[in-house]
Amino acid sequence: MDLFIRDNLMLAMLLLLSLAMLVAAFMAIYSKRSLPIAMLAAGLVSLLASVQFLLLGAPDVAMTEAAIGSGLTTFLFFFILGRVRGGANRD
Amino acid sequence: MIKRFLVLLLVLSMGVMFSQLLVGYSPDRQLNATAHYYATQTASETGAANIVSAIIVTYRGLDTLGEVTVLFLAAAIVGMVLSAKQGGQSPTSASEAERQLPPYPPVGELLATGTQLLVPLILMFGAYVIVNGHLTPGGGFQGGAILASGMLLLLLSDPLRTIGHRLISVVESFSGLAFVLLGILGLLLAGGFLDNKILPLGTFGSLFSAGAIPVIYIFIGLKVGAEFSSMLLNLAKTEER
Amino acid sequence: MAYIALATGFLLILIGLYGALTHSHILRMIVAFTVANTGVNLVLVGVGYMGGRTAPILDKAVEVSAAAQRIIDPLPQALVLTAIVIGLGVTALMLTYAYRLYVTRGTLDISRYTELKW
Repeated sequence: MDLFIRDNLMLAMLLLLSLAMLVAAFMAIYSKRSLPIAMLAAGLVSLLASVQFLLLGAPDVAMTEAAIGSGLTTFLFFFILGRVRGGANRD
Repeated sequence: MIKRFLVLLLVLSMGVMFSQLLVGYSPDRQLNATAHYYATQTASETGAANIVSAIIVTYRGLDTLGEVTVLFLAAAIVGMVLSAKQGGQSPTSASEAERQLPPYPPVGELLATGTQLLVPLILMFGAYVIVNGHLTPGGGFQGGAILASGMLLLLLSDPLRTIGHRLISVVESFSGLAFVLLGILGLLLAGGFLDNKILPLGTFGSLFSAGAIPVIYIFIGLKVGAEFSSMLLNLAKTEER
Repeated sequence: MAYIALATGFLLILIGLYGALTHSHILRMIVAFTVANTGVNLVLVGVGYMGGRTAPILDKAVEVSAAAQRIIDPLPQALVLTAIVIGLGVTALMLTYAYRLYVTRGTLDISRYTELKW
Protein backbone atom coordinates (compact mmCIF):
# COMPACT_ATOMS: atom_id res chain seq x y z
CA MET A 1 0.00 0.00 0.00
CA ASP A 2 2.79 2.37 0.96
CA LEU A 3 4.57 1.54 -2.21
CA PHE A 4 1.42 2.21 -4.18
CA ILE A 5 1.04 5.71 -2.72
CA ARG A 6 4.70 6.45 -3.27
CA ASP A 7 4.55 5.37 -6.88
CA ASN A 8 1.47 7.44 -7.58
CA LEU A 9 2.98 10.44 -5.87
CA MET A 10 6.07 10.17 -7.99
CA LEU A 11 3.95 9.78 -11.10
CA ALA A 12 1.99 12.91 -10.24
CA MET A 13 5.17 14.86 -9.56
CA LEU A 14 6.69 13.71 -12.81
CA LEU A 15 3.57 14.71 -14.75
CA LEU A 16 3.49 18.11 -13.10
CA LEU A 17 7.16 18.67 -13.80
CA SER A 18 6.72 17.65 -17.41
CA LEU A 19 3.85 20.05 -17.83
CA ALA A 20 5.80 22.89 -16.27
CA MET A 21 8.78 22.08 -18.46
CA LEU A 22 6.70 22.20 -21.62
CA VAL A 23 5.15 25.52 -20.59
CA ALA A 24 8.62 26.91 -19.90
CA ALA A 25 9.87 25.60 -23.23
CA PHE A 26 6.98 27.31 -25.02
CA MET A 27 7.89 30.51 -23.23
CA ALA A 28 11.51 30.08 -24.27
CA ILE A 29 10.53 29.73 -27.91
CA TYR A 30 7.41 31.82 -28.35
CA SER A 31 7.97 34.84 -26.13
CA LYS A 32 8.03 37.33 -28.96
CA ARG A 33 8.84 40.29 -26.80
CA SER A 34 11.69 39.82 -24.46
CA LEU A 35 14.89 37.90 -24.95
CA PRO A 36 15.81 37.81 -21.21
CA ILE A 37 12.53 36.04 -20.47
CA ALA A 38 13.27 33.46 -23.15
CA MET A 39 16.72 32.84 -21.63
CA LEU A 40 15.33 32.53 -18.12
CA ALA A 41 12.67 30.14 -19.39
CA ALA A 42 15.36 27.98 -20.98
CA GLY A 43 17.16 27.96 -17.63
CA LEU A 44 13.90 26.95 -15.98
CA VAL A 45 13.54 24.03 -18.39
CA SER A 46 16.99 22.86 -17.32
CA LEU A 47 16.22 23.27 -13.64
CA LEU A 48 12.97 21.31 -13.90
CA ALA A 49 14.77 18.68 -15.94
CA SER A 50 17.28 18.27 -13.13
CA VAL A 51 14.46 17.57 -10.66
CA GLN A 52 13.05 15.10 -13.12
CA PHE A 53 16.43 13.38 -13.41
CA LEU A 54 16.41 13.01 -9.64
CA LEU A 55 13.00 11.34 -9.78
CA LEU A 56 14.25 9.07 -12.56
CA GLY A 57 17.00 7.78 -10.30
CA ALA A 58 19.93 9.69 -11.75
CA PRO A 59 21.30 11.94 -8.98
CA ASP A 60 24.64 12.39 -10.72
CA VAL A 61 22.98 13.71 -13.84
CA ALA A 62 20.67 15.87 -11.74
CA MET A 63 23.63 17.56 -10.05
CA THR A 64 25.39 18.14 -13.34
CA GLU A 65 22.29 19.55 -14.98
CA ALA A 66 21.61 21.87 -12.05
CA ALA A 67 25.17 23.18 -11.88
CA ILE A 68 25.99 23.34 -15.58
CA GLY A 69 22.76 23.29 -17.56
CA SER A 70 20.76 25.74 -15.54
CA GLY A 71 23.52 27.67 -13.77
CA LEU A 72 26.46 28.33 -16.02
CA THR A 73 24.56 28.22 -19.33
CA THR A 74 22.01 30.83 -18.25
CA PHE A 75 24.80 33.01 -16.99
CA LEU A 76 26.70 32.72 -20.27
CA PHE A 77 23.56 33.79 -22.15
CA PHE A 78 23.18 36.88 -20.04
CA PHE A 79 26.86 37.66 -20.39
CA ILE A 80 26.55 37.75 -24.15
CA LEU A 81 23.21 39.55 -23.97
CA GLY A 82 24.84 42.30 -21.95
CA ARG A 83 27.56 42.60 -24.56
CA VAL A 84 25.25 42.85 -27.57
CA ARG A 85 22.63 45.03 -25.90
CA GLY A 86 21.75 48.29 -27.51
CA GLY A 87 22.80 47.33 -31.00
CA ALA A 88 20.52 44.41 -31.61
CA ASN A 89 18.00 45.82 -34.03
CA ARG A 90 15.34 43.29 -33.29
CA ASP A 91 15.41 41.91 -29.83
CA MET B 1 5.93 31.62 -45.50
CA ILE B 2 7.03 28.61 -47.51
CA LYS B 3 9.96 28.23 -45.16
CA ARG B 4 7.72 28.15 -42.13
CA PHE B 5 5.50 25.58 -43.79
CA LEU B 6 8.51 23.39 -44.59
CA VAL B 7 9.75 23.66 -41.01
CA LEU B 8 6.34 22.71 -39.71
CA LEU B 9 6.29 19.73 -42.07
CA LEU B 10 9.73 18.63 -40.87
CA VAL B 11 8.77 18.98 -37.22
CA LEU B 12 5.52 17.11 -37.77
CA SER B 13 7.19 14.23 -39.56
CA MET B 14 9.78 14.03 -36.80
CA GLY B 15 6.93 14.04 -34.32
CA VAL B 16 5.35 11.06 -36.10
CA MET B 17 8.71 9.29 -35.99
CA PHE B 18 9.12 9.98 -32.29
CA SER B 19 5.59 8.83 -31.53
CA GLN B 20 6.34 5.55 -33.33
CA LEU B 21 9.39 5.18 -31.10
CA LEU B 22 7.34 5.96 -28.03
CA VAL B 23 4.58 3.50 -28.90
CA GLY B 24 7.06 0.75 -29.65
CA TYR B 25 9.08 1.31 -26.50
CA SER B 26 8.81 -1.19 -23.69
CA PRO B 27 10.97 -0.80 -20.60
CA ASP B 28 13.42 -3.57 -19.83
CA ARG B 29 12.59 -5.84 -16.94
CA GLN B 30 16.17 -6.98 -16.45
CA LEU B 31 19.48 -5.19 -16.73
CA ASN B 32 21.21 -5.89 -20.01
CA ALA B 33 24.50 -7.77 -20.00
CA THR B 34 26.75 -4.71 -19.79
CA ALA B 35 24.76 -3.10 -17.01
CA HIS B 36 24.60 -6.41 -15.16
CA TYR B 37 28.37 -6.67 -15.33
CA TYR B 38 28.76 -3.14 -13.99
CA ALA B 39 26.25 -3.80 -11.21
CA THR B 40 27.89 -6.96 -9.97
CA GLN B 41 31.57 -6.36 -10.63
CA THR B 42 32.10 -2.65 -9.91
CA ALA B 43 32.43 -3.06 -6.16
CA SER B 44 35.05 -5.80 -6.36
CA GLU B 45 36.92 -4.47 -9.39
CA THR B 46 37.13 -0.77 -8.63
CA GLY B 47 35.96 -0.43 -5.03
CA ALA B 48 33.79 2.57 -5.89
CA ALA B 49 30.31 2.82 -4.38
CA ASN B 50 29.03 5.17 -7.07
CA ILE B 51 28.84 3.04 -10.20
CA VAL B 52 28.44 6.06 -12.49
CA SER B 53 31.75 7.45 -11.20
CA ALA B 54 33.42 4.08 -11.73
CA ILE B 55 32.20 4.00 -15.33
CA ILE B 56 33.27 7.56 -16.05
CA VAL B 57 36.71 7.33 -14.50
CA THR B 58 37.73 3.73 -14.99
CA TYR B 59 35.66 1.65 -17.38
CA ARG B 60 35.25 4.45 -19.89
CA GLY B 61 38.11 6.62 -18.76
CA LEU B 62 39.34 7.07 -22.28
CA ASP B 63 36.02 8.65 -23.24
CA THR B 64 36.41 11.05 -20.35
CA LEU B 65 39.88 11.96 -21.53
CA GLY B 66 38.39 12.71 -24.94
CA GLU B 67 35.60 14.71 -23.36
CA VAL B 68 38.02 16.83 -21.36
CA THR B 69 39.99 17.37 -24.56
CA VAL B 70 36.86 18.56 -26.37
CA LEU B 71 36.13 20.92 -23.52
CA PHE B 72 39.70 22.19 -23.66
CA LEU B 73 39.35 22.78 -27.38
CA ALA B 74 36.10 24.67 -26.85
CA ALA B 75 37.72 26.87 -24.20
CA ALA B 76 40.75 27.46 -26.42
CA ILE B 77 38.59 28.44 -29.41
CA VAL B 78 36.52 30.78 -27.25
CA GLY B 79 39.74 32.45 -26.15
CA MET B 80 41.09 32.59 -29.69
CA VAL B 81 37.94 33.98 -31.30
CA LEU B 82 37.53 36.60 -28.63
CA SER B 83 41.15 37.70 -28.62
CA ALA B 84 41.21 37.96 -32.42
CA LYS B 85 38.92 40.93 -32.01
CA GLN B 86 41.55 42.94 -30.20
CA GLY B 87 44.19 41.86 -32.68
CA GLY B 88 44.13 45.16 -34.53
CA GLN B 89 44.95 47.24 -31.53
CA SER B 90 48.39 47.38 -30.06
CA PRO B 91 48.55 46.57 -26.36
CA THR B 92 49.44 50.12 -25.35
CA SER B 93 46.45 51.65 -27.07
CA ALA B 94 44.23 49.01 -25.53
CA SER B 95 45.43 49.88 -22.06
CA GLU B 96 44.97 53.57 -22.81
CA ALA B 97 41.45 52.93 -23.95
CA GLU B 98 40.89 51.05 -20.76
CA ARG B 99 42.06 54.01 -18.74
CA GLN B 100 39.69 56.30 -20.51
CA LEU B 101 36.71 54.04 -19.98
CA PRO B 102 34.27 55.28 -17.40
CA PRO B 103 34.79 53.38 -14.18
CA TYR B 104 32.44 50.52 -13.40
CA PRO B 105 29.50 51.42 -11.25
CA PRO B 106 30.32 50.50 -7.67
CA VAL B 107 29.38 46.98 -6.70
CA GLY B 108 26.53 46.86 -4.24
CA GLU B 109 27.15 46.22 -0.57
CA LEU B 110 25.12 43.04 -0.72
CA LEU B 111 27.15 41.53 -3.54
CA ALA B 112 30.49 42.54 -2.03
CA THR B 113 29.73 41.12 1.42
CA GLY B 114 27.95 38.12 0.00
CA THR B 115 30.94 37.31 -2.15
CA GLN B 116 33.35 37.45 0.77
CA LEU B 117 31.08 35.19 2.74
CA LEU B 118 30.04 32.76 0.06
CA VAL B 119 33.10 32.19 -2.13
CA PRO B 120 35.08 30.17 0.45
CA LEU B 121 31.98 28.10 1.19
CA ILE B 122 31.31 27.49 -2.50
CA LEU B 123 34.90 26.48 -3.11
CA MET B 124 34.77 24.15 -0.12
CA PHE B 125 31.54 22.61 -1.34
CA GLY B 126 33.07 22.08 -4.76
CA ALA B 127 36.08 20.36 -3.20
CA TYR B 128 33.75 18.19 -1.12
CA VAL B 129 31.72 17.16 -4.16
CA ILE B 130 34.89 16.30 -6.08
CA VAL B 131 36.53 14.30 -3.29
CA ASN B 132 33.39 12.29 -2.50
CA GLY B 133 32.69 11.50 -6.13
CA HIS B 134 33.30 7.78 -5.72
CA LEU B 135 30.92 7.43 -2.76
CA THR B 136 28.00 9.80 -3.32
CA PRO B 137 26.47 11.54 -6.33
CA GLY B 138 28.90 14.08 -7.63
CA GLY B 139 32.43 14.09 -8.85
CA GLY B 140 34.84 15.97 -11.00
CA PHE B 141 32.45 17.50 -13.50
CA GLN B 142 29.88 18.69 -10.99
CA GLY B 143 32.53 19.88 -8.55
CA GLY B 144 34.42 21.62 -11.34
CA ALA B 145 31.28 23.48 -12.34
CA ILE B 146 30.73 24.49 -8.72
CA LEU B 147 34.32 25.77 -8.50
CA ALA B 148 33.75 27.74 -11.69
CA SER B 149 30.60 29.31 -10.24
CA GLY B 150 32.68 30.43 -7.26
CA MET B 151 35.04 32.11 -9.71
CA LEU B 152 32.01 33.63 -11.40
CA LEU B 153 30.92 35.26 -8.16
CA LEU B 154 34.41 36.71 -7.73
CA LEU B 155 34.23 38.02 -11.28
CA LEU B 156 30.84 39.65 -10.71
CA SER B 157 31.81 41.35 -7.46
CA ASP B 158 34.98 42.89 -8.89
CA PRO B 159 35.08 42.99 -12.69
CA LEU B 160 38.47 44.68 -12.74
CA ARG B 161 40.24 42.12 -10.62
CA THR B 162 42.50 40.02 -12.77
CA ILE B 163 42.02 36.61 -11.27
CA GLY B 164 45.34 35.21 -12.38
CA HIS B 165 44.68 34.07 -15.90
CA ARG B 166 48.13 32.58 -15.72
CA LEU B 167 47.31 30.62 -12.59
CA ILE B 168 44.21 29.19 -14.25
CA SER B 169 46.10 28.08 -17.33
CA VAL B 170 48.83 26.54 -15.15
CA VAL B 171 46.23 24.61 -13.15
CA GLU B 172 44.56 23.48 -16.36
CA SER B 173 47.73 22.27 -18.04
CA PHE B 174 49.05 20.64 -14.90
CA SER B 175 45.89 18.71 -14.16
CA GLY B 176 45.55 17.63 -17.77
CA LEU B 177 49.11 16.36 -17.73
CA ALA B 178 48.57 14.61 -14.40
CA PHE B 179 45.44 12.94 -15.76
CA VAL B 180 47.33 11.47 -18.69
CA LEU B 181 50.33 10.53 -16.52
CA LEU B 182 48.04 8.66 -14.11
CA GLY B 183 46.62 6.83 -17.08
CA ILE B 184 50.08 5.82 -18.26
CA LEU B 185 50.99 4.75 -14.72
CA GLY B 186 47.98 2.45 -14.87
CA LEU B 187 49.40 1.04 -18.10
CA LEU B 188 52.76 0.36 -16.42
CA LEU B 189 51.72 -0.78 -12.94
CA ALA B 190 48.24 -2.25 -13.38
CA GLY B 191 45.93 -3.67 -16.00
CA GLY B 192 45.73 -0.90 -18.57
CA PHE B 193 45.33 2.75 -19.42
CA LEU B 194 43.62 4.62 -16.56
CA ASP B 195 43.35 1.49 -14.43
CA ASN B 196 42.60 2.59 -10.89
CA LYS B 197 44.43 -0.26 -9.15
CA ILE B 198 47.74 1.62 -9.04
CA LEU B 199 46.68 2.51 -5.49
CA PRO B 200 45.25 0.00 -3.00
CA LEU B 201 41.48 -0.33 -3.19
CA GLY B 202 41.03 0.16 0.56
CA THR B 203 37.86 -0.64 2.47
CA PHE B 204 34.70 -0.33 0.43
CA GLY B 205 32.76 2.82 1.21
CA SER B 206 35.45 4.83 3.00
CA LEU B 207 36.91 8.12 1.76
CA PHE B 208 40.32 6.70 0.94
CA SER B 209 39.19 3.83 -1.21
CA ALA B 210 38.56 2.93 -4.82
CA GLY B 211 42.21 3.14 -5.76
CA ALA B 212 43.07 6.06 -8.00
CA ILE B 213 39.47 7.13 -8.73
CA PRO B 214 39.45 10.04 -6.23
CA VAL B 215 42.88 11.20 -7.41
CA ILE B 216 41.89 11.12 -11.07
CA TYR B 217 38.59 12.80 -10.26
CA ILE B 218 40.42 15.59 -8.42
CA PHE B 219 42.44 16.31 -11.53
CA ILE B 220 39.34 16.12 -13.74
CA GLY B 221 37.57 18.53 -11.40
CA LEU B 222 40.46 20.98 -11.41
CA LYS B 223 40.71 20.81 -15.19
CA VAL B 224 36.98 21.26 -15.78
CA GLY B 225 36.83 24.10 -13.27
CA ALA B 226 39.82 25.80 -14.87
CA GLU B 227 38.36 25.43 -18.35
CA PHE B 228 34.98 26.88 -17.40
CA SER B 229 36.73 29.67 -15.50
CA SER B 230 38.91 30.55 -18.45
CA MET B 231 35.84 30.65 -20.72
CA LEU B 232 34.13 33.01 -18.30
CA LEU B 233 37.22 35.18 -17.91
CA ASN B 234 37.67 35.44 -21.66
CA LEU B 235 34.07 36.51 -22.05
CA ALA B 236 34.40 38.96 -19.20
CA LYS B 237 37.39 40.62 -20.81
CA THR B 238 35.33 41.66 -23.82
CA GLU B 239 33.92 44.84 -22.33
CA GLU B 240 31.71 47.13 -24.27
CA ARG B 241 33.76 49.80 -25.90
CA MET C 1 7.11 6.77 -15.65
CA ALA C 2 9.67 6.27 -18.33
CA TYR C 3 6.95 7.02 -20.88
CA ILE C 4 6.32 10.46 -19.40
CA ALA C 5 10.00 11.31 -19.44
CA LEU C 6 10.38 10.06 -22.99
CA ALA C 7 7.33 11.96 -24.23
CA THR C 8 8.51 15.16 -22.53
CA GLY C 9 11.97 14.75 -23.99
CA PHE C 10 10.64 14.19 -27.50
CA LEU C 11 8.34 17.20 -27.23
CA LEU C 12 11.22 19.36 -26.00
CA ILE C 13 13.31 18.24 -28.96
CA LEU C 14 10.51 19.16 -31.36
CA ILE C 15 9.89 22.52 -29.70
CA GLY C 16 13.58 23.33 -29.75
CA LEU C 17 13.95 22.25 -33.36
CA TYR C 18 11.00 24.35 -34.44
CA GLY C 19 12.34 27.36 -32.59
CA ALA C 20 15.84 26.99 -33.97
CA LEU C 21 14.54 26.76 -37.53
CA THR C 22 11.98 29.54 -37.46
CA HIS C 23 13.66 32.30 -35.48
CA SER C 24 15.89 34.76 -37.25
CA HIS C 25 17.62 36.13 -34.17
CA ILE C 26 20.81 34.21 -33.45
CA LEU C 27 20.54 34.29 -29.67
CA ARG C 28 16.98 32.96 -29.86
CA MET C 29 18.19 30.13 -32.06
CA ILE C 30 20.81 29.24 -29.46
CA VAL C 31 18.20 29.32 -26.69
CA ALA C 32 16.06 26.93 -28.73
CA PHE C 33 19.09 24.71 -29.22
CA THR C 34 19.66 24.40 -25.47
CA VAL C 35 16.01 23.44 -24.99
CA ALA C 36 16.42 20.66 -27.57
CA ASN C 37 19.65 19.63 -25.84
CA THR C 38 17.82 19.22 -22.54
CA GLY C 39 15.20 17.16 -24.34
CA VAL C 40 17.79 14.76 -25.73
CA ASN C 41 19.29 14.29 -22.27
CA LEU C 42 15.86 13.61 -20.83
CA VAL C 43 15.16 10.95 -23.48
CA LEU C 44 18.45 9.20 -22.76
CA VAL C 45 17.91 9.13 -19.01
CA GLY C 46 14.31 8.03 -19.54
CA VAL C 47 15.45 5.06 -21.63
CA GLY C 48 17.73 3.95 -18.80
CA TYR C 49 14.98 4.11 -16.19
CA MET C 50 13.37 0.95 -14.89
CA GLY C 51 10.32 1.01 -12.67
CA GLY C 52 10.75 0.14 -9.00
CA ARG C 53 14.52 0.36 -9.01
CA THR C 54 16.87 2.88 -7.49
CA ALA C 55 19.94 4.94 -8.33
CA PRO C 56 23.17 3.06 -9.18
CA ILE C 57 24.95 3.84 -5.93
CA LEU C 58 25.92 1.01 -3.63
CA ASP C 59 25.42 1.62 0.08
CA LYS C 60 23.51 0.12 2.97
CA ALA C 61 20.23 0.42 1.12
CA VAL C 62 21.57 -1.42 -1.93
CA GLU C 63 23.95 -4.21 -1.00
CA VAL C 64 26.46 -5.37 -3.56
CA SER C 65 24.92 -8.83 -3.73
CA ALA C 66 21.47 -7.48 -4.55
CA ALA C 67 22.70 -4.73 -6.83
CA ALA C 68 21.75 -6.41 -10.09
CA GLN C 69 18.12 -6.59 -8.99
CA ARG C 70 17.92 -3.17 -7.36
CA ILE C 71 19.68 -0.57 -9.51
CA ILE C 72 18.87 0.99 -12.86
CA ASP C 73 21.16 1.01 -15.86
CA PRO C 74 24.15 3.25 -15.02
CA LEU C 75 25.50 3.52 -18.56
CA PRO C 76 23.02 6.08 -20.00
CA GLN C 77 23.63 8.24 -16.97
CA ALA C 78 27.38 8.29 -17.57
CA LEU C 79 26.76 9.20 -21.21
CA VAL C 80 24.32 11.98 -20.34
CA LEU C 81 26.80 13.38 -17.83
CA THR C 82 29.28 13.69 -20.66
CA ALA C 83 26.65 15.14 -22.96
CA ILE C 84 25.70 17.90 -20.54
CA VAL C 85 29.29 19.04 -20.08
CA ILE C 86 29.95 19.00 -23.82
CA GLY C 87 26.64 20.82 -24.30
CA LEU C 88 27.90 23.74 -22.27
CA GLY C 89 31.11 23.80 -24.32
CA VAL C 90 29.12 23.86 -27.55
CA THR C 91 26.78 26.56 -26.25
CA ALA C 92 29.71 28.71 -25.17
CA LEU C 93 31.26 28.29 -28.60
CA MET C 94 28.04 29.27 -30.36
CA LEU C 95 27.61 32.30 -28.14
CA THR C 96 31.18 33.36 -28.78
CA TYR C 97 30.66 33.19 -32.53
CA ALA C 98 27.39 35.10 -32.14
CA TYR C 99 29.25 37.82 -30.29
CA ARG C 100 31.94 37.89 -32.94
CA LEU C 101 29.32 38.21 -35.67
CA TYR C 102 27.74 41.02 -33.75
CA VAL C 103 31.08 42.83 -33.42
CA THR C 104 31.88 42.57 -37.10
CA ARG C 105 28.40 43.19 -38.53
CA GLY C 106 26.51 45.07 -35.86
CA THR C 107 23.44 42.85 -36.03
CA LEU C 108 22.27 39.47 -34.83
CA ASP C 109 19.43 39.11 -37.31
CA ILE C 110 20.32 36.36 -39.76
CA SER C 111 18.05 37.76 -42.46
CA ARG C 112 20.61 40.53 -42.78
CA TYR C 113 23.45 38.15 -43.47
CA THR C 114 22.98 37.96 -47.20
CA GLU C 115 26.40 36.98 -48.54
CA LEU C 116 25.47 33.39 -49.18
CA LYS C 117 21.98 34.10 -50.36
CA TRP C 118 20.98 33.30 -53.88
